Amino acid sequence: MTSKINAMTGAEATAEAMRQVNPDVVPAYPITPQTPVMHAFASFVSDGLVDSELIRVESEHSAMSAAVGASAAGSRVMTATSANGLALMFEIVYIASSTRLPIVMNVVNRALSGPINIHCDHSDSMACRDSGWIQIYCENAQEVYETSLFAVRLAEHCDILLPVMICQDGFIISHSVERVETFDDESVRSFIGEYRPKHCLLDTDNPITIGPLDLFDYYYEHKRQQAEAINNAREIIPKLAAEYKGHFGKDLNFLESYKMDDATDVIVVMSSTAGTTKAVVDKLRAEGKKVGLLKPRLFRPFPAHEISLALKGKRMVAVLDRSDSFGSMGGPLFSEIRSALYDEAEKPIIINYIYGLGGREMMLDDIEGIYNEISCINSQPEEKVKYFGVRE
Amino acid sequence: MSDENKPGWKTIPIGGMILEAGNAEKYKTGDWRTFRPQRDHDKCTNCMICFMYCPDSAIPLKDEKVDGFDYDHCKGCGICAKMCPVKCIEMKDENDFKD
Repeated sequence: MTSKINAMTGAEATAEAMRQVNPDVVPAYPITPQTPVMHAFASFVSDGLVDSELIRVESEHSAMSAAVGASAAGSRVMTATSANGLALMFEIVYIASSTRLPIVMNVVNRALSGPINIHCDHSDSMACRDSGWIQIYCENAQEVYETSLFAVRLAEHCDILLPVMICQDGFIISHSVERVETFDDESVRSFIGEYRPKHCLLDTDNPITIGPLDLFDYYYEHKRQQAEAINNAREIIPKLAAEYKGHFGKDLNFLESYKMDDATDVIVVMSSTAGTTKAVVDKLRAEGKKVGLLKPRLFRPFPAHEISLALKGKRMVAVLDRSDSFGSMGGPLFSEIRSALYDEAEKPIIINYIYGLGGREMMLDDIEGIYNEISCINSQPEEKVKYFGVRE
Repeated sequence: MSDENKPGWKTIPIGGMILEAGNAEKYKTGDWRTFRPQRDHDKCTNCMICFMYCPDSAIPLKDEKVDGFDYDHCKGCGICAKMCPVKCIEMKDENDFKD
């Protein structure tokens, strides 16, 4: 295995992974901030660097429909979208997972309208959290690149066969140039291998039907199978990650503990804000404060057990959510974590900060401010959900 | 409640896939019917237009002649009666045939 250091945006890293995967079919429709992903990939198609059939559809609903058709036909399929594009796909997003098609989609996170906004939050992919897709969130362009390769194997695993959504923060990751280590084409291709579906529409010697009417007598059984498949990912991910490490020599950590060992107070946050939080943790540690960061990357299936283990014995936990779940008991990450801790005899104090909606910036001082606030809390406050950085 | 005679989630193909070709034949759609086509054999010229238009292949041929209706699969849509150039097919109320 050889590797190369590049200066790349998250979008370019996504497109580079797609070039190396060389999917059979890529149906896509442009939407900010996903556009540079498909822009770069379309150049690869024009330059003859991939064999992919790039289908330029008339909407995202058509993009996911074409992805479903191509995947059912037996193709390896990738696509990418953002925000309202994902919302327009929504109907077919469910059909992709329930039809058990291993489509890999990069979601460049952007706030859902309205009011209309093009900047980052997680309301788009979080709206799909019950759709039966595997969801992995990325802190930086390096994770985006590597996760895009890994996701192909994960989706196509015979005990999973589910689509995978890889999420990166719009603009913050997709448009920022970072150092990205990429692997050589040969190594990537030997890792992902060839896609040979057990059943597909173009296998005319073994004709099958995909997507028939499924009423009260079997629909429920098919939903139960989906639940099993996504839960299977819990055991398969570490095995595939070990294989990945053997191949590329790199760790894929789907739940990163940063300076957690002796930490009393913990900030839990996903995606690019986790990177900002690491810098804050470093600064506070230098001041002698026992603070740590827990960065979940896998959101579906949700690693409840691993998270409650990681938070065991902690005094205080602040969960940061970049989307709200209006009328519920906090943001999606908070609700999951609070529920995961229910079985623990000794629970930490836990509060939720909704932050960064519509791209509202989250700077070092902001995160330090959150730490200063939580470090003074000594008992479970009644107000569990706070809206950070909103004007009163 | 669930029909315990049907196979469970551990054994059925995933994603609603049907692994057997042409098994729609086993799905008897005849009981959807509210009107039953009846042919007047004296008027019928055996032009086979009904056979060509039937969307459910429910008009079988025998010795190159239209041969009645496959009532296991005929949904009673009435296209055959509508398309018949000599109007020899009449749609009759299904209730008149019930015992």
